[in-house]
Amino acid sequence: MMNFLNDWGLVLTIFLPLAGALVMMAIPKQSEGAIKLVALGAPLAAAAMGILLMLNFDYGDSENLQFMVNRNWIELINSNFILGLDGLSLPLLALTLFIVPLVVIYSWQHVPNPGNPKAFFTLMLILETAMIGSFLAQDLILFFVFFEVTLLPMYFLIGVWGGEQRRYASIKFFLYTLFGSAFMIVAFVALYFLAKAPTGIALEQLRALGGSYADMQAGDPLRSFGMQALTYSGAAGIAKTTAIVIFGGMFLGFGIKVPMFPFHTWLPDAHTQAPTQGSVILAAVLLKLGTYGFIRIAIPILPVAARAWAPIIGILAVIGIIYGALGCLAQTDMKRLIAFSSVSHMGYTMLGISTLTAFGLNAAVFGMVAHGLITGLLFFIAGSVKERYHTLDIKRLGGLLVSAPKMGWILGFATMASLGLPGLAGFWGEFPAILAAYEPAVGLNVALFRTLMVLAAVGTVLAAGYLLWLYQRTAFGTPSEEFENDPNITDVNKFEWLAWSPIIAGIVILGFFPGLIFNVAGPAVEVIARTVGG
Amino acid sequence: MIATLLQLLPEADFLSPTIDWHAIAPEMVILVGSLVLILLDSFKLDKAKPFMPTLASLVLLGALIPVITLAIDGSTRVLFGGSYVVDSMSLVLKALFLVSAYIVVLMSTNYVADGDYWESEYYSLIVAAVLGMLVMCSARDLLMIFVALELLSIPAYMLAAWRKGDEKSNEAGLKYYLMGVFASAVLLYGMSLMYGVGRSTRLDVIAENLVRIGDGRGAPIVTLAMIFVIIGFAFKVSAVPFHTWAPDTYEGAPTPVTAFLAVASKTAGFVALIQIVFYCFAARPDIIQPVFAVLAILSMTVGNLIALKQTNVVRMLAYSGIAQAGFMLAPFAVIETNREQALSSIVIYLVIYAAMNLGAFAVIIAITRKTRSAEITSLGGLFSYMPGLTVVMTIFLASLAGIPPFGGWYAKFGVWQALIGGNTALGYGLAIIMAINTVVAAYYYLNVAKTMWFDEAPDGDTAPVKIPFTLIGAMGITVVATVMFGVLPGLLTNISDFSPVAAALGR
Repeated sequence: MMNFLNDWGLVLTIFLPLAGALVMMAIPKQSEGAIKLVALGAPLAAAAMGILLMLNFDYGDSENLQFMVNRNWIELINSNFILGLDGLSLPLLALTLFIVPLVVIYSWQHVPNPGNPKAFFTLMLILETAMIGSFLAQDLILFFVFFEVTLLPMYFLIGVWGGEQRRYASIKFFLYTLFGSAFMIVAFVALYFLAKAPTGIALEQLRALGGSYADMQAGDPLRSFGMQALTYSGAAGIAKTTAIVIFGGMFLGFGIKVPMFPFHTWLPDAHTQAPTQGSVILAAVLLKLGTYGFIRIAIPILPVAARAWAPIIGILAVIGIIYGALGCLAQTDMKRLIAFSSVSHMGYTMLGISTLTAFGLNAAVFGMVAHGLITGLLFFIAGSVKERYHTLDIKRLGGLLVSAPKMGWILGFATMASLGLPGLAGFWGEFPAILAAYEPAVGLNVALFRTLMVLAAVGTVLAAGYLLWLYQRTAFGTPSEEFENDPNITDVNKFEWLAWSPIIAGIVILGFFPGLIFNVAGPAVEVIARTVGG
Repeated sequence: MIATLLQLLPEADFLSPTIDWHAIAPEMVILVGSLVLILLDSFKLDKAKPFMPTLASLVLLGALIPVITLAIDGSTRVLFGGSYVVDSMSLVLKALFLVSAYIVVLMSTNYVADGDYWESEYYSLIVAAVLGMLVMCSARDLLMIFVALELLSIPAYMLAAWRKGDEKSNEAGLKYYLMGVFASAVLLYGMSLMYGVGRSTRLDVIAENLVRIGDGRGAPIVTLAMIFVIIGFAFKVSAVPFHTWAPDTYEGAPTPVTAFLAVASKTAGFVALIQIVFYCFAARPDIIQPVFAVLAILSMTVGNLIALKQTNVVRMLAYSGIAQAGFMLAPFAVIETNREQALSSIVIYLVIYAAMNLGAFAVIIAITRKTRSAEITSLGGLFSYMPGLTVVMTIFLASLAGIPPFGGWYAKFGVWQALIGGNTALGYGLAIIMAINTVVAAYYYLNVAKTMWFDEAPDGDTAPVKIPFTLIGAMGITVVATVMFGVLPGLLTNISDFSPVAAALGR
C-alpha cells in the first residue's frame, strides 16, 4: 500500500479529475445522467485518493515532503516533474478535494444558464486538476504550468455561464492574472540563471538531494527550477538589489492572484459575474494559489528580498483590510459585498505572511482554509438567494428569516463565522494574524508592524459592521411586497443541504480544534520562518 | 560565343565535385516530384487532376524518408566545398518544412477543388517552393541562400494571386511581388557589398574576414552590408517596419496559401537569418544586436497594437504573426553572450509556431466553409453548433497566447530563457517588453475565443457543416503536435539538441 501511494498517490490525485474530463468528452451530450455521474465520481475518486494519502501521511515529519515523485520532464532546462506533500500543502490539498465535490453536488439540479452540463463539468474537472497540481508541484516550471492552466477553465466558466457583464469580467480576470504570471515566469528564469550553490549546512542539504546536486561545490551555478534546491540555495550568489527585483516579479504574479491592494479590482467583477459555482471555487481555492505562492516560493527562495519587501507587503495588506471593509459598506449587491470582504480577509492572510514569523505564517495557512470554507459558503448562499429572488440587490431583499428560515439561519452562521466569532474557523484565521504583527521577525520595523496591528484590529470592527448590517438588511424584518407570496422562494432543498452541511461542520470543527491545521502546518512553516531568520 | 568565353578561363583542370547523393536525396526527391507533377498535368490534363493532391503529398512525405535516414546516420555532411552543409539542425528544419507543406496540401485539397482554381499547377508550385526551403536549410553561401530565397519566393508570388477573379487576391499577389522584389534588390545589394569586404561568398570565410577587418578599414561598409542584408530578410519575415505587405497579402490570398506564407515562407526567412547571422554576422555582435533589438521591439509592439483593432480573423492572424516574428527576432539580440540558447530557442519557436499557426488556419478554412466570411463576428455562437471545432480553435488560440499546457508557452519560455541567460541589460529589457506584449496579445486571441464561446450566431443559422477528412487530418496533426509540445517539451528539445552545431559555433 505504502509503495503504491509513494509512486502513484500524488499523480493519481492530480490526474483523476482530468481523466474524468476526458471520459466525459466521450459521453454524448444528451446523456446527462452519465455526465453528472462522472462529474461527481472523478472528484470523489480524487478525494478518496487524498484521504488515503492523509491517513498514511507521517504527521510527525510534516516539515518534510512525503510521497515524493521525481521524474525527468524537460531535460534541456533541468526542469523535472517533482511532486511532494508536506504540512503546508496538505491543508490546501484537503480544502480543494473537499470543496469541488460539494460544488458538483450543488450543481446537480441547476447547471446555470445556458446549460450544457457536459462542457460545464469538463471545465470544472480540468480546473480541479490544475488546482491540485499547483499545490503539489515542487518545481517552479511545473507549478507555473498548473498555475496557468487554471486560467482558461475559469475564463470560460465566467464567460459562458456568468451574469450580465460576464464578457468584461472574464477578460479582466484573465488579463490581470496573465500580466502577473508573465512577470513571474521572467523572475523564475532569472532565478535559474543566477542562483548558486550555498555554503555550510545548506550545501550538505543540497547535496543530499542527489542527482546533479550531489557533487556541487559552494558557488557553483545551480541551474535548477527545483523548489527544494532553490530553497536550500536561498538566493546565494544573488546580489540583494537583484533579489529584490526578482521578488518584485513574483510579487506581481502572486499579489495579483491573492489579490492585494491595488491589484484587487478584477476580483469584485469576476466574483459578481461568475456563476455561483465559479465564485465558490474562485474564493475557496484559486485565491489561495497567490498566498500559497508567497509562502512556498517567494519567501523561502528569496529570504533577503522577502525581508526588504515585508513592510511593503504588510502596509498593502492593511490597506486591503481597511479598503475592502469600507468597500463592503458601500455595496448594494450582496455578491459584490462578499467579494469585497474577500479582499479584506485576504489582507489578514497577507499581514500574517508579512510578519515572516512561524506564528504569522501558520495563521496565514489557517486563514486560507478558513476563508475558503466561510466565503465559499457565503457565495453558495448568495447563489441560492439569487436563484429564488432573481436579484441580489440588498435593498429589495429582507425577511429571509421569515420566507426561508433555515437559509436565513445558515446565512447568519456564515456571517458570524466570517466576522471572526470565537469558536468558529474564521477567528483562528484573523486573530493570530493580528497578534503576529505585534512581534514580527527580528530585524523588521516593530513600530510599523504594531501600527499595522492596530489598524488591522480596527478592520475587524468594520468587518463586524458590514457583515451584521448585511445580515440585518437581508434576513431581518418582513419580506418586501414583491416577494411576500412568491412561490419561488422556498427553503433549503436537499441538494443544498448535501452541499452545505459538510462546510458548516468543517467551520465548527476547525473552530473548536484549530490544532488540526496548526499542528500540521506548524513544522513546515517553522522551517520557512527559520530560513528568513524569523 | 561560348568558345571565346571558355578561352578566357584560366588554364586549370575543372574538377567535378564529388556529390554525396544521400545528403541531397531529399532535395532530389522534391525536384523530381515537382517535375513529375508538371509533366503529368501536361500529358494527362484533366484525368490527372483528382490525383494531384495525393501525389503532392506522396512527394512531400517521400522526401521525409531520406531526411529520417540522414538523421539516423547522424553525421554532419559537408558538400560543395563547404557551401552546402547537412547537419542535425538543417534536418530538423527540413522535416519541419516538409511536414508543414504536407499540412498545407491537406488544407488545400478541397479548397482548391471546390473553388474551381487551377489545381495541378497549384501543387507543383507548392512543391517547387518547398525545394527552395530545403536548400535554404543547408545553404552556407550567399549565392546559395539567394537562389534558395528566389526559388521559394517566386512560386509564392503566383500562389498569392491564385483566386484570379478576385480583386483582393490580385492585389495580394501584386503587393507581395513588388515588395518581395524590392526586398530582394536590397538584399542583393547588401550581399554584393558583403562579398566586396568579405572576399568570398562562403559564410565561414566571410566571418573570418569580418573578424580580421574589425574596426579597421572597410568597417563602415561592413555595417552597411549587414544592415541591408538584415533588412532584406526583415521583409520576408514581415518584421516592422517592413511588414506592410503582410496583412493585405494574407487577407487576399487563398487561405491555404496564406497559411503557407505565414508559416513555411516566414520560417524560411528565419532560417536564412539563422544561417547568415549565426554563421557569419555573429562575428560582429556589436553591430547586429542593436538592429535586432529594435526590429524585435517594434515588431512585437506594433504588431500587437494593430492586431487589437482587427475585425477580420485572417488579418488578425497576420498582425499576430508580425508580433510573433518579433518574439522570434529577440534572441538574435543576445547572440554574443548566449549563442547556443538563442539558436535553439528560435528553432523551437519556429517548430511550435508552425504547428499552432497552421492549425489555426486549418480551423478557419473549416469554419469559412460555413460562414463564407472571415469576420470575427461571423464566428459567433460556434460553440453551440460545432463544439469540437471550437475547442480545437481555442487550443490553437491559447497556444498562440502562450498559455500552458499548449506548445506556445514553451516557445515563449525558451525565448525568455535565452534573453535572460544572456545576462545583458538588452536581454533583460527585451524580456520585460516581451512579458508586457504577451499580455496584450492574449487579449485579441481571447477575443476570438470569446466570440466563439459567448456570443450568439449572427444570423441564427446554427446548422453544422460537414468538414472534409483532409481538413480533419490537418487539424488532427497540428492539435496533437501543439498539445504534445506543450505537455512534453522534452520531445522537442531532444530532437533539436544541436550539440554538433553548438560545438562548431563554440570556436
